[in-house]
Amino acid sequence: MTAKITLILLLAGLGYSWEEIKGIAIMQGFAGLNLFAIFLLMALGLSVIFGQMKVINMAHGEFMTMGAYTTVLLSWLCETHAPGLLTWYFPVAMVAAFFVAGAVGFLTEWAIIRHLYKRPLDTLLATWGLSMIFQEAFRQIAGARETSATMPEWLMGSFQPFEGVDIPINGVFLLSACLVLTGLVVANLYYTRTGLRVRATVLNRDMAGAVGINTTMTDRMTFALGCGIAGVAGCAFTTVGSISPSAGGLYIVDTFMVVVFGGAGSIVGTILAAFGIAQAQSVLEFFLSGVLAKVFVLGAVVVILMIRPQGLIASKIRK
Amino acid sequence: MLSVKNLCVSYGESVVIRDLSFEVKKNETVAIMGRNGMGKTTLMKSLIGVHKTRGGSIMLDGKELAGTESYRRVKAGLGFVPQGRQIFSALSVEDNIRTGLETAKVKKIEEWVYTTFPILKEFRHRKGGNLSGGQQQQLAIARALVSGPKVLLLDEPTEGIQPSIIKDIARTLNDLKQMRDLTIVVSEQVLSFTLAIADRILVIEAGAIVREDARASVDEATISKYLSV
Repeated sequence: MTAKITLILLLAGLGYSWEEIKGIAIMQGFAGLNLFAIFLLMALGLSVIFGQMKVINMAHGEFMTMGAYTTVLLSWLCETHAPGLLTWYFPVAMVAAFFVAGAVGFLTEWAIIRHLYKRPLDTLLATWGLSMIFQEAFRQIAGARETSATMPEWLMGSFQPFEGVDIPINGVFLLSACLVLTGLVVANLYYTRTGLRVRATVLNRDMAGAVGINTTMTDRMTFALGCGIAGVAGCAFTTVGSISPSAGGLYIVDTFMVVVFGGAGSIVGTILAAFGIAQAQSVLEFFLSGVLAKVFVLGAVVVILMIRPQGLIASKIRK
Repeated sequence: MLSVKNLCVSYGESVVIRDLSFEVKKNETVAIMGRNGMGKTTLMKSLIGVHKTRGGSIMLDGKELAGTESYRRVKAGLGFVPQGRQIFSALSVEDNIRTGLETAKVKKIEEWVYTTFPILKEFRHRKGGNLSGGQQQQLAIARALVSGPKVLLLDEPTEGIQPSIIKDIARTLNDLKQMRDLTIVVSEQVLSFTLAIADRILVIEAGAIVREDARASVDEATISKYLSV
């Protein structure tokens, strides 16, 4: 809010009319909301994996890319074999992206992660290596060039709520998908038996086993869920951008920043951090270059984390 | 009912439990007593599977449990109340109890839980970590009981609990033993509490059982010598 008021005052000082200021504020605000949706979609999965399991998954971006390529593949299949299905393939692609990325995540936990739970730095190295393997695999299978999914007609175009303000429909869809997915993740974590297993295992792994929870399977399912969410993020990402083998890696630093800034393990913190960082970045990008905007945001996050190391939201429990 | 034979447990190369054997009959309460560092907690953790055993056998109703994961032991009929309670601090009281329902047939908290521990009903929406020590102990016992165990393992349940509450815990355990048809194995250092609940007392020294007494024949002075520092 402060950032938006600053933007308005600055624009007024630069000689823009009130109508122009309103238009710019809405457009920049919406661009910030789009960025917020991408950050949050990426960070949700990471919040589950890093926040709940304390696993530093450097390959998280590649699980997003996997979901995006799944969408591209389905769009290509529809285009070449069943053009009639192109209108409604996208919801199916979202589910498929979840299951493909989730299934690979399940296997990754079984093959690599479970051996490294007590060695977080080794997990970082192992998943970084895995991210490179995935990137090379994408390059070999889909090619090095950027590609994109064919969007159904209902996802294209824009609408004008006011004179001079264009809101893209794909952006609205991205935001809606983000809100729905966040709701589903929160509901799963806090209102289901699966969520209870996850929370108990996070709090005390040995004790969770000693009350009858299969912690090995809980870990595997949690990791798969986080990867599946990244897959859905990738699918949603195809509505606003093209995809390349290294696309996921571009967002990994921002995503970790969101999760740590929000307070590891706090979904509410993750939402607040994603919103704050995205809006600040969007506003700053209007005045500065994209790189400088990132530098300023990163600097601000570092300063805030020095003052408040636990992040924005921390649980208040007697130790 | 519970048969432990030639159990060996080690931390790295140091052997903490060596060739330890004992048997517990159905509906019996057996107390394992000893000073700090004699292997009580290691033994309890090994029985529930939190600590891996190096050798030996743990049989429950003829089923071998050694080498299996903790959750399988709970499924087989063991319940565990750990030293220091180890409540899931960030979960509500109700959710803490619900974690114990994982292997239960009915996944619902039955009324007897709140009848036995009324304070848990009153504080059911409060975070487990925000309860007092005595309340947490009740929660830990309730959490272990809802899985419907045949054998309840309690590791130093009186540790950090004020004397008036200790008497309540002893009374509750005796009542529960009758009501829930329980067999109990408890590790303890407080002799008065042990005498209030145990049918038999085993003394552990340096990871081995060195003495066994039925409650009727317990010589308090002799047992106290094994407990004093």
